[in-house]
Amino acid sequence: MQLTVWTYEGPPHVGAMRVATAMEGVHYVLHAPQGDTYADLLFTMIERRDKRPPVTYTTFEARDLGTDTAALFQRTLKDAYERFQPQAMLVGASCTAELIQDDPAGLAKAANLPVPVIPLELPSYQRKENWGAAETFYQIVRTLAAPVHPQVGDAAGAIPANAVPGHPPLPAGISPSRGEVGGFDASPGASSETQDPASQSGLGAKAGSISPLVGEMPGRAEGGDAGIDSSAEPEKRAADAHGEAANFGPREARRPTCNILGPTALGFRHRDDVAEIRKLLGEIGVVVNVVAPLGASPADIGRLDEADFNVVLYPEIAGVAAKWLKRTFGQAFTTVVPIGHGATRDFVAEVRRLAGLPEAAATGVAPRSNLPWFSRSVDSNYLTGKRVFVFGDATHALAAARVATEEFGFTLCGLGTYSREFARDIRAAAKAYGVEPLISDDYLDVEEAIAAVQPELVLGTQMERHIAKRLGVACAVISAPVHVQDYPARYSPQMGFEGANVLWDTWVHPLVMGLEEHLLGMFRDDFEFHDDARPSHLGAGSRISTEPERATTTFATPPAVPPATRVGASADGNPINLDWLNEAEVELKKIPFFVRGKARRNTEKFALERGLSEITVETLYDAKAHYSR
Amino acid sequence: MSGGPSMSRGAAPAVADIMPSLGCADRPVLRERGQREVFCGLTGIVWLHRKIQDAFFLVVGSRTCAHLIQSAAGVMIFAEPRFATAVMEERDLAGLADANEELDKAVSRLIERRPDVRMLFLVGSCPSEVIKLDLSRAAARLSQRYSPDVRILNYSGSGIETTFTQGEDNCLAALVPQLPDSEAGAPQLLVVGALADVVEDQFARLFDAMGIENVRFLPPRRARDLPPVGPSTRYLLAQPFLGETARVLDERGARRIAAPFPLGAEGTTLWLKAAADAFGIDPMRFRSATAAAEARAKRALEPYRAELSGRAVFFFPDSQLEIPLARMLSRELGMNLAEVGTPYLHRQHLAEELALLPEKTALSEGQDVDRQLDRARATRPDVSVCGLGLANPLEAEGLTTKWSIELLFTPIQGYEQAGDLAALFARPLDRKTRLKV
Ligand code: SF4
Repeated sequence: MQLTVWTYEGPPHVGAMRVATAMEGVHYVLHAPQGDTYADLLFTMIERRDKRPPVTYTTFEARDLGTDTAALFQRTLKDAYERFQPQAMLVGASCTAELIQDDPAGLAKAANLPVPVIPLELPSYQRKENWGAAETFYQIVRTLAAPVHPQVGDAAGAIPANAVPGHPPLPAGISPSRGEVGGFDASPGASSETQDPASQSGLGAKAGSISPLVGEMPGRAEGGDAGIDSSAEPEKRAADAHGEAANFGPREARRPTCNILGPTALGFRHRDDVAEIRKLLGEIGVVVNVVAPLGASPADIGRLDEADFNVVLYPEIAGVAAKWLKRTFGQAFTTVVPIGHGATRDFVAEVRRLAGLPEAAATGVAPRSNLPWFSRSVDSNYLTGKRVFVFGDATHALAAARVATEEFGFTLCGLGTYSREFARDIRAAAKAYGVEPLISDDYLDVEEAIAAVQPELVLGTQMERHIAKRLGVACAVISAPVHVQDYPARYSPQMGFEGANVLWDTWVHPLVMGLEEHLLGMFRDDFEFHDDARPSHLGAGSRISTEPERATTTFATPPAVPPATRVGASADGNPINLDWLNEAEVELKKIPFFVRGKARRNTEKFALERGLSEITVETLYDAKAHYSR
Repeated sequence: MSGGPSMSRGAAPAVADIMPSLGCADRPVLRERGQREVFCGLTGIVWLHRKIQDAFFLVVGSRTCAHLIQSAAGVMIFAEPRFATAVMEERDLAGLADANEELDKAVSRLIERRPDVRMLFLVGSCPSEVIKLDLSRAAARLSQRYSPDVRILNYSGSGIETTFTQGEDNCLAALVPQLPDSEAGAPQLLVVGALADVVEDQFARLFDAMGIENVRFLPPRRARDLPPVGPSTRYLLAQPFLGETARVLDERGARRIAAPFPLGAEGTTLWLKAAADAFGIDPMRFRSATAAAEARAKRALEPYRAELSGRAVFFFPDSQLEIPLARMLSRELGMNLAEVGTPYLHRQHLAEELALLPEKTALSEGQDVDRQLDRARATRPDVSVCGLGLANPLEAEGLTTKWSIELLFTPIQGYEQAGDLAALFARPLDRKTRLKV
């Protein structure tokens, strides 16, 4: 049993709800007790959706147990089908129903509904929300985009649920980790011109490969994947579906196409990210075939194979499905998540390469976001080396770490994620940045880690916002889970060039601005510069003491009580009593609150290492000199 | 399990047996059994952990349970909350022996971390009950280990046994056997049901003014401070959802004072009067103790009556407060009752309330949320009182709503809060008339 107060992720069926709610024409019947209906409010209140999620709960009770919970499930399924007339249904169990083992999959099969019914097996006692979303999306794609599939929505052509081949669920231990597209380097300039078939061979082949372009793509090179039919079959079928001639017109007439995969309901800025990336792709000249799951119908899922490649925005959710699509249809997928200016440029380069488009002229083009110039502007000097702690889902945490260091000039002092599935990626990145990785879904661990490194800015989730508030540290939110205030009214993507602008504004905003910071340092005695003063551009709100347990030792005037004594351990392990002399305490107090904790710790460490038991003003400044080297 | 009231008690005896004297006793009630859209009893922890200041609530459940409490709490209360979830994992399901061992570990970790805790509630959930993890045995076992420092009790807040406010009912019922015996002799008054501290203080002053001396409240603000109970105890329910608590209080020999609930000026007077009568308080003294506050409450209601009278209100089932609220809205503010839905109708405890409802009020018990939504769409009430999952979708359909959860997180009982209660219903309508967007 894990003792927990707040959780970063909900149970896996909430992930399934995020997928179902994002889609059109899908209905999810969940075998669950009544309290589980709370999940609706996540969508209607936190995301302010104007419709109920397309979910029907069986709400079984104790008196149903052992008698007819299975019958209740079947009745609920039938009623839900009749009332909502979906084009496809999802069925599954919540944590409680998983224990009573009614087998929703089997029951749904027996119900013989005239639409595809996709059973979800989401192990509630092992897995969590993002995994559930990934597995759900994967099962939907496998079922509805399968190489031989009925025309969804066409009742005559639809196969009944019991004819849908059962796909083995993802083994619980699988890591839907990021890209396997293969060893190319996506950084700008690295994309190879020679690899670009379209620029060299001009109009490509017609039949014989899925598209004239993808044939040469890195992903396609690894042959031998079961399910890839090297004939033109999928392409032909796609064309047939559109009533077009089976053979294509000249190459110029057809622009490369892609799907955008991963955005769901209740995602952090997913809707705005999609709009931004769609615009970006349009500018590059790539047509978006389907966005899924957000806004996709089952019929749209059936058209996924028509695209040349896939853009994976959120690997946590779409990674598994993208890999299946690659194996099955040979669609390569993007591995760069376009968060930040640099990553967006890398993303553009990767997309151009996957699309077989010539590399964009790298020089002479004004940067597409204001971030590079704002960051170079002299007023931003004060940002240099500010210590930031980054925590979130793996995608956003990794992206934030890069942006923070490369684009803001911050120093990373901590990097972590609650997505255990991506622990490896975070560990590798943390190593590269020279910080300790933190893989945990216990917010108390995170709080401890943040308190220990005393950052000046925390980039995290709503949990870290609370933690930062308690510790009196500035914070900006970069990742789910988020609260209602993180669904802003204005267009506010995290991705693309506009997303980079948003990052700039959001991350700089909570900080004390450059000159103000200096003034705070110079005139500590100004009565308006007390510790509870907020940065002047931020409104009401008061800081909670950074050092609650030490509050009694930080007096602005020499206290009447004896100076604080704390016990440390010297290098050889012997305990030493550390005395902060009054003048030293007072001097420490003159240091602005956002660096004071750090100064205190450094001074004590310095004293311990030298076996000093008394901390004087001299010690304080000796330590300052020592650590500023 | 812990003997919580199961919803199967819905097999109520014939209405007429209970309320033979009431003309409206055989009013028809629509019984629904479809999808419920109501929280489970775990939700009560959100207010109970603030009310009993040295108690801690440990849910033994799943990630879903933890997520429910976190989501229902809405804004996270980051002053470290006095609740947590022991989230069961794969290996806990393997065998009960292991689960018990894991639970003991979780409890010891918790008690180490929170030495200030005097009373620990182990709260059962659907998963713990389905695997038959016996929390009453666990509580007894752990009590032995930690007594006298920490008392360990248990109750069920599971969604298969309880809806929303029944969690509080089970929690209080679990407290009752712990209450010390009261001394025989002078009767005491016990007010039962969690109230906001400010409301509790107001009631204490009113009882004092009318001359009822020995008044205690359950739950107490401190777990150490349990009120005594016994045959000399008369108890007055402050909340309409305390069926199980009342049953175990009866077992201790205490006797219930039947009354409507203290919502609105009239409701508060009737509630206080029932106690006054039970304690033989002189009517003049009662008037002088309550008249000023009652008049103040009525004055506070007046402007709202003008705004709300003639408007139709529709209650989706939620907290079991629906019937007293409907009574108050119809009698004191002149609202029409389109439908009054309640998750469970305790006919005995609500007899006085039902008698005050207008005849032909459409009552429903249980829920089939889709059918009920159809009825609401057909009726198009002026205000729909509903849970958080339904509110915005209804607003999007042009129906004005009032979130029912606010009725539990806001002080609404008593004279001084009557105006605030009316304001909760008036505000959404006021807002609608202001907005020109
Ligand atoms: S309904 Fe049951 S499983 Fe769901 S949150 Fe409530 S107690 Fe937990």
